[in-house]
Amino acid sequence: MDIKLREVEYRYAAGTPFERLAITEVSFDIPSGGYTAIIGHTGSGKSTVLQHLNVLLKPLKGEIQIGSRTIAAGRKEKNLKEIRRRVGIVFQFPEHQLFEETVEKDICFGPVNFGVSEGEAKERAREALALVGLPEHVLERSPFDLSGGQMRRVAVAGVLAMQPEVLVLDEPTAGLDPRGRHDMMEMFASLQKEKGMTCVLVTHSMEDAARYADRIVMMHKGRVYKTGTPCEIFSDGPDLTAIGLDVPETVRFQRLFEEKLGRPLGHLCLTPEELAREISRLRGES
Amino acid sequence: MMEKMILGRYLPADSVVHRMDPRAKLLFIFGFVLIVFLANNFFTYALLGVFTLIVILLARVKIQFLIAGLKPVIIIILFTFFLHVFFTKEGDILAQIGFLSIYKGGVIKGIFIALRFFLLILVTSLLTLTTPPISVTDGIESLFGPLKKVKVPVHELALMMSISLRFIPTLLDETDKIMKAQMARGADFTSGSLSNRVKAVIPLLVPLFVSAFKRAEELAVAMEARGYKGGEGRTKYRLLAWHMRDTLALLFLIGLAAALFALRS
Ligand SMILES: Nc1ncnc2c1ncn2[C@@H]1O[C@H](COP(=O)(O)OP(=O)(O)OP(=O)(O)O)[C@@H](O)[C@H]1O
Ligand SMILES: [Mg+2]
Repeated sequence: MDIKLREVEYRYAAGTPFERLAITEVSFDIPSGGYTAIIGHTGSGKSTVLQHLNVLLKPLKGEIQIGSRTIAAGRKEKNLKEIRRRVGIVFQFPEHQLFEETVEKDICFGPVNFGVSEGEAKERAREALALVGLPEHVLERSPFDLSGGQMRRVAVAGVLAMQPEVLVLDEPTAGLDPRGRHDMMEMFASLQKEKGMTCVLVTHSMEDAARYADRIVMMHKGRVYKTGTPCEIFSDGPDLTAIGLDVPETVRFQRLFEEKLGRPLGHLCLTPEELAREISRLRGES
Repeated sequence: MMEKMILGRYLPADSVVHRMDPRAKLLFIFGFVLIVFLANNFFTYALLGVFTLIVILLARVKIQFLIAGLKPVIIIILFTFFLHVFFTKEGDILAQIGFLSIYKGGVIKGIFIALRFFLLILVTSLLTLTTPPISVTDGIESLFGPLKKVKVPVHELALMMSISLRFIPTLLDETDKIMKAQMARGADFTSGSLSNRVKAVIPLLVPLFVSAFKRAEELAVAMEARGYKGGEGRTKYRLLAWHMRDTLALLFLIGLAAALFALRS
């Protein structure tokens, strides 16, 4: 399911003295089956954009195409549940949304709301829990007895159990330990590659954006600053630093390495593995 | 969703009203609440209305904003209005709809009471719009200071109040966030039968309470860690200063009270 944003604008508290322009003239496409990363400085409007993807916020100007539906400014929209079933959002700090007595019930909340039978929902809860790397006995525990990281995983499982076609992630790994981050990011990537799920990731980690995404949207002060492939985006270091971002560690290393070497390597390497291969190939040459 | 409410919110700006001493504003409001009840005919209400308008203009708050922000309250006001229109039986009958008859006295009374309610809400919301919550509590603490002599924990009460005021916007933001998160999981807060709707708020209330308690606990720990131990011997960073304009404002109010006395029937 493709999602297309066209000239979207949103203001918080519109029409009051507290009005605040959050995003404007935002246009980009999220191709079906792809992995899109949205990067940008704090307050650049990333979370606001995400909330438009399942119409939790409606644009004040412009329109959004979500599959075959078009959400345009100023029109009353009914039946948004279908969109929300197909576009699952994991919010920033999703552990704050847990409320049920047991982990199992909490994970089932989404599927049951979307009309999945109880038995099927429980089945999905077990699968989702395994995906986020928690043992099955956690299902019977209260979500409030878990550690922060475990709560985060349960919250993510709650969205995965909805089996959305588009998975939208707002900094899903902020505050997790390095191992947990890695495992979770790999899990999302494999859902995208193997199950064809469309992934949208908001992240402050340029490394994650470089490694997993096939398209990057750069946001700055509520506008789309630039879109492109990771190679296009990260080959222009000064442009990134100009808006408070940076290139991934690997690219920085490669640049320093090229300086010492006196000539550029064949291409821009986005992961340490790739760079290591490139460098060892170089050694083979000489 | 919650962001349009202006009740209890502070709108920073630079105006005479913003610069007034919070104590003067509190006394002013207190006085105003009393003298609103003096009005009982057209002239007195007109005078009150003009007076309120002047205060709003002085505070440089746009009237559209006030009205838009007070919409939820206006519904209550309309309700009281209709209550009086339908249930007061005074004066001539104006209209008869089925078994309901509308009396002239009822309409007039309804208008007056709604107007009184409206003016009160306008002026009190001006207090919070033009005064940072922290100043409101400073003012209250200072006004009730004498009660410390009779062992009323004025400082602690004021602190409790300022903390609650401080966290109202936070709580509203949080409500908004959790609501959206649950809506993203298919929760529906706006339709369905009554029992379904009551059930629907559980996914909202539980996380809200959990985070409120957590926040309270963290705040208490943070305060203790920084050596907070109540009002005894504590000095203030923000000092209140009474100016000429504060005295003038109160005199202005006394003038209004006198005029109302003269004009009321
Ligand atoms: N509920 C809200 N009410 C009012 N203004 C808001 C609200 N949420 C966000 N904003 C404002 O909208 C702008 C964009 O915020 P947004 O949350 O989309 O940024 P972000 O890119 O997600 O930032 P971060 O990286 O810190 O999560 C900011 O200026 C912010 O202050
Ligand atoms: Mg954000």
